[in-house]
Amino acid sequence: MATVKTHRKAPGLIALFVILAVAPLLAANAFHYDLMIKICLTAIVAVGLNLLVGYAGQVSLGHAAFYAGGAYASALLTQNYEFAPLPAMLTAAVAVGSLAWLVGRPILHLKGHYLSMATLGLGVIAAIVINNEDQITGGPDGLPVAPLSLFGHELSVFGSYEWFGMTITGTQLWYLLAAGALFLAVWLALNLIDSPLGRALRALHGSEIAAQVAGVDTAKYKLRVFVISAVYASVAGSLYAHYSGFITPDIASFGHSIELITIVVLGGMASTYGVILGAAILLLIPQFLTGFQELEMVLFGAILMAVMIFMPRGLVPTIARRFQKEAA
Amino acid sequence: MKTTLKQLAAGAVAALSLGLMAAPALAADTIRIGSFLSVTGPASFLGDPELKTLELYIDKLNEDGGLLGKQVELVHYDDVGDAAKARTFANRLLRQDRVDIIVGGSTTGATMAAVPLIEQAGVPFISLAGAETITTPVKKWVFKTPQSDRQAARRVLIDMKERGITKIGLISGTGGFGASGRNVTKEIAGDMGVEIVADETYNPKDTDVTSQLTRIRGTEGVQAILNFDFGQGPAIVTRNYDQLGIDLPFYQSHGVASDSFLELAGDAANGLRLPASALLVADKLPKSDPQYQVLNRYKNDYEGHYNESVSTFGAYAYDGLQLAIRAIKQAGSTDKAKVRDALESIDGYVGVTGTYRLSADDHMGLDAESFRILEVKDGDWALTQ
Repeated sequence: MATVKTHRKAPGLIALFVILAVAPLLAANAFHYDLMIKICLTAIVAVGLNLLVGYAGQVSLGHAAFYAGGAYASALLTQNYEFAPLPAMLTAAVAVGSLAWLVGRPILHLKGHYLSMATLGLGVIAAIVINNEDQITGGPDGLPVAPLSLFGHELSVFGSYEWFGMTITGTQLWYLLAAGALFLAVWLALNLIDSPLGRALRALHGSEIAAQVAGVDTAKYKLRVFVISAVYASVAGSLYAHYSGFITPDIASFGHSIELITIVVLGGMASTYGVILGAAILLLIPQFLTGFQELEMVLFGAILMAVMIFMPRGLVPTIARRFQKEAA
Repeated sequence: MKTTLKQLAAGAVAALSLGLMAAPALAADTIRIGSFLSVTGPASFLGDPELKTLELYIDKLNEDGGLLGKQVELVHYDDVGDAAKARTFANRLLRQDRVDIIVGGSTTGATMAAVPLIEQAGVPFISLAGAETITTPVKKWVFKTPQSDRQAARRVLIDMKERGITKIGLISGTGGFGASGRNVTKEIAGDMGVEIVADETYNPKDTDVTSQLTRIRGTEGVQAILNFDFGQGPAIVTRNYDQLGIDLPFYQSHGVASDSFLELAGDAANGLRLPASALLVADKLPKSDPQYQVLNRYKNDYEGHYNESVSTFGAYAYDGLQLAIRAIKQAGSTDKAKVRDALESIDGYVGVTGTYRLSADDHMGLDAESFRILEVKDGDWALTQ
């Protein structure tokens, strides 16, 4: 952990690009595309959350609140205030980022895991507000969301589009969008990790006191990365709202926050590619386990426990390390 | 080198996992009924009896030779009460399993999340969830079997009017069910000549509502009190009502029409009235009642097979399945447009929940009269009249 690595970004990004480009070949129908789109959107949240958990060593137990914040803000702004989806998404991101800043600013001056408790509270409050303010949010029954449109062109999941003479379905176009967004999210995250901010974060993850002694304003950097990860969640939430066309308070639930943290831990903390795999696994497992309805939660728990016991660093870092040892 | 290795590993796992998901071979000679229900999770009290009912009657159907000479296959997924998962599973039923009809959706959220996909795919869908928004405005492919809370509120107000009550106090939970019930009650009360003179709410997790009840009791002219909610809230309201010794007529909604409410509320429930499915009093109905047979057959089948007491939620699935079977029989095929048209033309199917008269303008087809007004007497349900 103590060694500060400099990443060579190009090979990883190229590999990610190839995987994202090849993945559609495995998709036999629109349902497979649907899963891949959800994996991409969830992975965006996970990549953002990983910056906070994996690099700054802070745990957020309320990221579902930021995700839901983006989703609900996009839904309400487009529906009630005639915002176009893109400005709505940006407004949502600014609002969610500001909220994270307000919550994080006093808390992150403290040492230890106070952020976990604050975000836990924030997440629970967000879920209660969304559930109870049914005049605005539709309450537990949920809220319909308008399809995404970019510069006047509507991108409906159900449409079909002519593109350079090729016909492409709305779902496929959505996959391109989600995969593109994920690629962008990863590229930004990798750049951030190699920036002075990223180095400062790794320093403070190693030892907060040592970082402070070295002149790192730890509170400032922690706050900054917390806000960034909240914005990641907000944007992914906005995209999800437009994609699914219907949102319910479930997305703000504590369970969803835990799911996001699980993805990061499972895939591998401080491994940007690992958490993408984590997202894929977590979203695919329930689809495989449908045959074992009653046992689904048990099997799910057992898989997670097995990973935690035998691969405590997460899937990808453990496997990568094993490869390295063999190569050496 | 390190990152590429990571990538290779990640890619291999991802490719493997997607490869495993290849579509299952579709058996062409079965009729496939798809379903997504909240069998586990917070809404399991809905999904569990619904799934059991579907399984029981599809087995029975197959024993009796199936439908249109084919065996019927149930393709079911558990959405855990999560609308996002319900949407994913609905997509799977539509795109991968390619089912002929869907009977499912335990909660309004799960149903509504799936509706856009279903409308697009053009597959008949019979929802088992309550809210009015599901079939109002009418959606081409979407039907539902439970009454909306509007019918329940109307049934209560009709009974009040018959007893000469025109001024009532309303107390409701702030959860989805209570809030929606409160809205429709306020909407229709005026037209029905009932005035809501007091309107109190409580949080579903509150453990005491005596202050709200005291305020209602203190309101001038109040003649009866209606509590609209489900879960444990109404049991608390009922107990507080008894503790305060309020002697006004007391009404609950259909949300508590189950035996577990009687256990929770105990003796305090005696004397209260509520609109409910006739299923709760199946054995007390006169034999001349048009629903007598179907109610008792369902009750005996279910209780005989599962050795647990029948619930009105399972009955929604029973009616949904029977409607689906009727429509497919009538259409003579599983052609989706024909089955949809057949569903819309069902006029007078006597089900467990009520008598369905579906039409192009009404995809639910039940009226307020499908609810019976029951009174709690000596800790048990009794028919009024």
